[in-house]
Amino acid sequence: MMKKSILLGLALLCATASFAGNITVKGSDTLVILAQKWAEVYMSKNPQVKIQVSGGGSGVGFAALQNRATDLADASRKIKATEVAECLKAFGKRPTEYKVALDGLSVYVNDSNPVKELSLDQLLAIFTGKVRNWKEVGGSDSPITVYSRENSSGTYEFFKEHVLKGKDFAASAQTMPGTAALLQAVSKDKGGIGYGGAAYGKGARALLLKKDAAAPAIEPSEENVIKGLYPIWRYLYVYVNPDLDKGEIAAYLNWIRSDDGQSAVKQVGYFPLPSHLREK
Amino acid sequence: MGIHRGHRARPFEWLAEKTIFLVSLSTILVVFLIFLFVAREALPVFLGRMSSALIQPAIPVAEIDRHPAKELCKYLGLTPEQFAKMDRETLKELLQVKIEAQEEIPSEFRSDPDALANTTLWHYLLRPHQWTGYTKPSFIWQPVGQIKKYNLIPLFVGSLKTTLVGLLFSVPLAIGAAIYVSQLARPRVREIVKPAIEMLAGIPSVVVGFFALLVMASVLQSLLRYETRLNAFVAGLALGFAVIPLVFSIAEDALTSVPRSYTQAALALGASRWQTAWQIVLPAALPGVFAATMLGFGRAIGETMIVLMVCSASVLSWSVFDSARSITTTIAAEMAEAVSGDAHYRILFMLGALLFAATFFSNLIADLVIHRLKRRLEGKA
Repeated sequence: MMKKSILLGLALLCATASFAGNITVKGSDTLVILAQKWAEVYMSKNPQVKIQVSGGGSGVGFAALQNRATDLADASRKIKATEVAECLKAFGKRPTEYKVALDGLSVYVNDSNPVKELSLDQLLAIFTGKVRNWKEVGGSDSPITVYSRENSSGTYEFFKEHVLKGKDFAASAQTMPGTAALLQAVSKDKGGIGYGGAAYGKGARALLLKKDAAAPAIEPSEENVIKGLYPIWRYLYVYVNPDLDKGEIAAYLNWIRSDDGQSAVKQVGYFPLPSHLREK
Repeated sequence: MGIHRGHRARPFEWLAEKTIFLVSLSTILVVFLIFLFVAREALPVFLGRMSSALIQPAIPVAEIDRHPAKELCKYLGLTPEQFAKMDRETLKELLQVKIEAQEEIPSEFRSDPDALANTTLWHYLLRPHQWTGYTKPSFIWQPVGQIKKYNLIPLFVGSLKTTLVGLLFSVPLAIGAAIYVSQLARPRVREIVKPAIEMLAGIPSVVVGFFALLVMASVLQSLLRYETRLNAFVAGLALGFAVIPLVFSIAEDALTSVPRSYTQAALALGASRWQTAWQIVLPAALPGVFAATMLGFGRAIGETMIVLMVCSASVLSWSVFDSARSITTTIAAEMAEAVSGDAHYRILFMLGALLFAATFFSNLIADLVIHRLKRRLEGKA
């Protein structure tokens, strides 16, 4: 009985593996929810296509792309030169890059915190550990606890490059395994501050941000992100081996960037690409 | 048919014996292979052959023919077989990417003296260094970014800190419980308490971590009023929950297996039950109790999930009310994203190898101590 079911399972596995309309997607944890949403909607419209989505991190996606373990690699950051080099070694071509959505990175504080807005310079000082008390940035006299993401996260790298200008996070910054865990911690810690994708913005309050001390404070809303007014935003990407970018996969990638695909982006809390940014 | 006699084993028994022998042999082999694999991945760092310098000399694409194949291989990180298979266009493309990597470096790092440093050398791994932008020499673990800082000391301290808190909390409790259950408790109570404590072992560590993260951290902070909510103290206590059932069951076994005659003799001579437990049974079971503690140490230092969930800031501090980042946390959290074969990847493997060595030697020392204690108790030394 046991043997039979194992054999049956193996047979099924082989059958699905060789199935023509099978697309595997792997990569950024930030993009997992969105990728699953896309897959769900697309599969309901095209029942002959099977799409499997998994996370792990942007770098994991690139590694899988190099090993041909995945067709599409999701990434919350641009591919690095070292990763391009690995792709060249593996399949002799640079992977094709598609921008698929916009993400505004929110900075979260505890709901009870009187601070409503911060400038980018203040953020830099807080996250590098130069400012350690809320009263230095206009809050109450209480210590700041900095929450960060694990350094395997694309969000961590983006924040380090663009907000901290490449400087190190304070050594006392608590690294959390995911944005949900980070928000959980900030919502339990009166002096907490952390950052994360806009898709998860529940449980704590997002701050308004200013480009510099004189600039207006901007809320991380869809309109402000799309117009480029909100200061920390990024593209979300999908990478593909150019040899595979045809047939079902090309159709799927086109659909993602169509109005239909982009409407799913809003439902999970990210921001659709304005039409002038959807390059062919 | 009938009763088998004589010294020849039955075929089935012979087979079972040999199978068990093979299994145990393969276990040794697997442990050895795992260590070999981990050590091999880490070898370039041990030998100081990695380079993590940010700024490296680049070869212009046009000069492709001026350099011998061997040099290009080394420069591009290719094996000779890969090099032979590669066509000229791809090779040029690779050189181009190498140059682009250098162009990606933001300008403020080009003049940074640290950008030329190979941060994988032992000096940077173990000693404090005054990085640009820091006011004093410090131990910094920031493996991702432009200048990669791989100082291991905060991780060592983090692992030791959480492990020590865990052991200080759990070992006295577990051994106390073991003495109570094996020596003092009435049979009815023993039948309830023993399985109850052992049931703790059935709680997955991720659940313990979750509990510590959400409940313990808040309760302890409101009781003790320390500043950092998620710290080594909370992680250590949570680790204790994972260690208690292990130490308890081994210590309890050791105490129970002390011959009844010891207890009976002590009680007959007029000792109280407490005196018997503390002064007769516990010393006699000491090797087993010690082994339990050492195994508890191995479990605590190797535990990943609890520490990962509760505290993970790579701050160097001996205070238990500060955060800590353990070696296991670091490996688990960072391995997924490390580019296979680069300096970060190899240093994570080196941490794994060091952890392996630490638990191996702690077990070895425990074994030696137990051996000596046993001989002394038996009056042979």
